[in-house]
Amino acid sequence: MMRSRLGSLVRGGRGAPLVAVLALAALAACEREHRDFATAAPGGSAESIVRTSALQAGPPTPDLDARLYTENRWAVSEGQRLYSWYNCAGCHSPGGGGGMGPPHTDDLWVYGSAPENIYQSIVQGRPHGMPAYTGRLSSSDVWKLVAYVRSLGGLTPFDTWSPRAEMMEEGVVDTRGTGPAMADSSLIPPEQRAPGQP
Amino acid sequence: MIQRLPQSALDPAGPAAERIAALWDFAFWTAAVVYVVVIAALLYAAFHRKRPAAVPVVDRDPRTERRLLVAVSGATAATVVILLVFFVVDLGVTGAVANPAAMHEHSTVSRARHEAPAGALRVKVTGYQWWWKIEYLDSVPSRRVTTANELVVPVGRPVAIDFESGDVIHSFWVPALHGKRDLVPGRTTRLTIEAARPGVYRGECAEFCGHQHAKMALHVVAQPADEFAVWYEAQLAPASVPADSLRRAGMHVFLGKPCAMCHNIAGLPASGQVAPDLTHLASRRTIAAGILPNTKGHLAGWILDPQRIKPGAKMPPNGLSPDELEAILAFLGGLR
Repeated sequence: MMRSRLGSLVRGGRGAPLVAVLALAALAACEREHRDFATAAPGGSAESIVRTSALQAGPPTPDLDARLYTENRWAVSEGQRLYSWYNCAGCHSPGGGGGMGPPHTDDLWVYGSAPENIYQSIVQGRPHGMPAYTGRLSSSDVWKLVAYVRSLGGLTPFDTWSPRAEMMEEGVVDTRGTGPAMADSSLIPPEQRAPGQP
Repeated sequence: MIQRLPQSALDPAGPAAERIAALWDFAFWTAAVVYVVVIAALLYAAFHRKRPAAVPVVDRDPRTERRLLVAVSGATAATVVILLVFFVVDLGVTGAVANPAAMHEHSTVSRARHEAPAGALRVKVTGYQWWWKIEYLDSVPSRRVTTANELVVPVGRPVAIDFESGDVIHSFWVPALHGKRDLVPGRTTRLTIEAARPGVYRGECAEFCGHQHAKMALHVVAQPADEFAVWYEAQLAPASVPADSLRRAGMHVFLGKPCAMCHNIAGLPASGQVAPDLTHLASRRTIAAGILPNTKGHLAGWILDPQRIKPGAKMPPNGLSPDELEAILAFLGGLR
């Protein structure tokens, strides 16, 4: 009954303002492009320590940066720019398909795929070639890189993926979001799997 | 805050800009005459009544018809003639000021080289969000100079510029020297400018290019040929490890912090290629693409928090201790 009344309202043309107001209200949900330059200010060069577990001594400190950047379209596209600026592509290949370094497009994350894990991998470095960027990057830039790297693996919402540049290069296949179909995690020995990985 | 510098197409300082200013003057004075004539005719029609007011609404007098025909045809003919004259004069000026190479933007680089005027200084300007990279080309690689936001040119010598863009579309416009030229990603556009007298001419990006489009300025510094030669030789020199301890400490701050990831200082192990070259930073008049004078205080504010000065700029804020800041400012101040 509710539905038919709404339907007649719209059909009668009187519902147009209502629809317009609802559409305007829906815009409030659009935060995928939120840019807040000022909140990036406290930065300084990236510290090597980031909380990767809920367990913590003392009162819990909120991890603002991670949430601010990792699910945000602007942060993802900024991360894409930094990915080429700092030559991440030199080892991981443009588009993150992997080369000397491991790919970012599958679901095999030796050191974990959570934003904090990837932050650690960038800042502290990893064995067999990944350099440590402690002090070399500002923490906001590291979080932007984290956002981009996660988008390559389809780990961020679809509407945050960057459609630009590298994906259009010849020979680069857009594999984002294909996730588990890309690789079989049973290929990794159990002791090398990230915590929580099946 | 910054000394006002000439940035007007009405105050030309080069041959191309003079032609453009003359075209403007011609169009302006022609339009002024037309305006005066039209207003005079209107006033005449409004106040010069020959007949009593009781004239029929539709005047079928053949003499009136004939006079109307003459007046309307005359006005139409005058309009067409003036527009034609504008068109021809405009074509003439456009042809005269255009670099011949600019007509062939799709041509290969080697062909473009041939088309640059003989004896021209060759420069490449690349637009980035939101600054200008300036490279002086030379067939000898060690004689190339890279700088930013300040194009130093010799007076009276044509400067053939190749424009490229590193991200989005920008537009190079120094009104006192020439018209606009767009910088389009993926292709090379060209323009030859020439300054007829020494001076500093300001220009700005003339194509909206993002958050800080309004703060993307550059200066063209025109110097006599001998001064330019001295400047050029000085720019060729690489930086070296500073002798005094404060500057050396500043160098270590620079190399150990995020700075060196993006900025290049020739002669030191800082070779980032994505931000302005700082090898001779202290010799430049302004920082942050022509928006702040290059003083110690402004530089300090810019290093600590560029996002307050140019929100959205690609340089991240840098948390430095007072000692580190003092040292790095001394180091950067020594990069002459």
